[in-house]
Amino acid sequence: MHTELLAAKKTKKRSPSKKGILQAYIGQWDLQLMVIPGVLLVVLFSYVPMWGVLMSFQNYNLFTGFLDSQWVGMKHFDMFVHSSDFYRVMRNTLSISLLKLMFGFPAPIVLALLLNELKGFRFKRFVQTVSYLPHFMSWVIVSSFVISMLSVDNGSFNIFLMKLGIIHEPVNWLSTSQYFWGILVSSSVWKDVGFGAIVYLAAIAGIDPHLYEASAMDGAGRLRQIVSITIPSITPIIIIFLILNIGGILNAGFDDILNLTNNGANTLLRPVSDVIDTYVYRVGILGQRYSYATAVGLFKSAISVVLLVLANLLARRMGRSSLW
Amino acid sequence: MKIAKRVPDAIIVVLLLGLSFVTLYPFWNSLVISFNVGADTALGGITFWPRVFTLENYQVVFKDERLIQAFVISIFRTVVGTFLSILFTSMFAYGLTKKNLIGRKLFMIMCIVTMFFSGGLIPSFILIRSLHLIDTFWVLVVPGIIVVWNLIIFRTFFQELPDGLEESAKIDGCNYIRTFFSIIVPISGPVIATLSLFTAVGLWNDWFTASIYINNPHLMPIQTLLNQIINSNAMSEQLSSAGGEASEFVRQLKGVSTKSLVMATMMVTTLPIIMVYPFLQRFFVKGVLIGSMKE
Repeated sequence: MHTELLAAKKTKKRSPSKKGILQAYIGQWDLQLMVIPGVLLVVLFSYVPMWGVLMSFQNYNLFTGFLDSQWVGMKHFDMFVHSSDFYRVMRNTLSISLLKLMFGFPAPIVLALLLNELKGFRFKRFVQTVSYLPHFMSWVIVSSFVISMLSVDNGSFNIFLMKLGIIHEPVNWLSTSQYFWGILVSSSVWKDVGFGAIVYLAAIAGIDPHLYEASAMDGAGRLRQIVSITIPSITPIIIIFLILNIGGILNAGFDDILNLTNNGANTLLRPVSDVIDTYVYRVGILGQRYSYATAVGLFKSAISVVLLVLANLLARRMGRSSLW
Repeated sequence: MKIAKRVPDAIIVVLLLGLSFVTLYPFWNSLVISFNVGADTALGGITFWPRVFTLENYQVVFKDERLIQAFVISIFRTVVGTFLSILFTSMFAYGLTKKNLIGRKLFMIMCIVTMFFSGGLIPSFILIRSLHLIDTFWVLVVPGIIVVWNLIIFRTFFQELPDGLEESAKIDGCNYIRTFFSIIVPISGPVIATLSLFTAVGLWNDWFTASIYINNPHLMPIQTLLNQIINSNAMSEQLSSAGGEASEFVRQLKGVSTKSLVMATMMVTTLPIIMVYPFLQRFFVKGVLIGSMKE
């Protein structure tokens, strides 16, 4: 460590003068030419908008532009926190997100464990192929499946439930707000459970087979092996994914919610479907309250970053894997 | 004893068969509805098999100029977007593997940061607006050219190539650009194919960009158009549950497409994905693994 520092200092002293850097730069014009388009695109489409969040402290005016808009400090943040929408938006965001975490997070792990227990290679292959497929469909397609399945006058779901005698007349699932969270969470599990299982399957495949042999000799059954070998072996990767999920706890969904609520136009479902991201879209893009919507968005990113850092800290404290 | 051992296996098989059924059924049901006569579909009850078979819906889809145009835009966007994205992302990644690149660390950090922070929807919208990209084809392509995730995968791949490969090119006096295109690109086939497929699927599936940046119906990609069609259909269904007579009126008023027609459009939209799916599947397990290893 110490020598490294010294070495760094030395090279700094010996670092070329400005003219030298310029010359070196011209000397590698071909290399720089390859990265310049990429750098410019990242600066333009990622960093300019980052600088643009400053407009959440302004009354941004589309016609006078960024530089001539009036600065208003924390006004928009204050407005959001004290608005009547705040409670509803936060409640929906956290509830949907936690529900997704509760069901969407363990589901791929369970699927991976089940697939791993399969003996027949062909059947395993078949289930994998089928279950990965929905991941590659857009939410436009998936939501139209959902809408079609749950439709009140044609929907297969109503037909099946009626045949089974569970309900006696078709239910208008998507127009009843109390079903919305369930529909949302199930459809996102449906879409991504297979794809999510890939990583866990790979982790399971990497477990040393000797462990299983040794435990079998000790008389461990299959369940015992799953609990004592498989699950502990994939715990580090589970924790990493959990950290990522906690950092994204305010990402309750966007594509899925918009597509299931007529792009947010469904006022019937709004009390249960309005989350931070769709709210930003609605008041910002549709309502053109640019500064206010940016403030809401910034509020969200700030909390997300803090959560990610905290979750990572916690994971490190526990002596397990961490993101960085 | 033997039976007792088999029971768990049987349960697992049944569970997984159930999952497969639940996953495939919506695809199958939609396919079936798309082959059923629209007026008959409205009577309900179509599940596993078409009741009144027809190819009419597909004929309508392939004759509808608006839909055809949307398909053309989507195809064009996917091809151009994938090409530009892979070209610029891979060049950028290659540059970042060279230790003598001035600004290497800065560029790398800049890219990583974008994975955790972003300006968000509204500042991006304002930017696109002030660049006058609204209602242009380029808004569907240019903002998404650099994909940082792909950049990292490319970089990891290029880094693992043996150094000796480029020696001969250097001796021949090739510059970095020549070396990249004549030596690196030809041996990077698998990674280029994988990431191209993923990028293409992403571009094909993206409906949101066009929904906020494109108003011109001639520039509307198919997914965005489908989103609008489904929305107007869903809207009419909600209204129809309010009262039967009003629904017929609303339907006529809006000229809403029948469910069978929507399903046929949807099937045509998913067809490209289904077609590349076998290739995707061969590649993506590897792709995901490279990604998760970097974490």
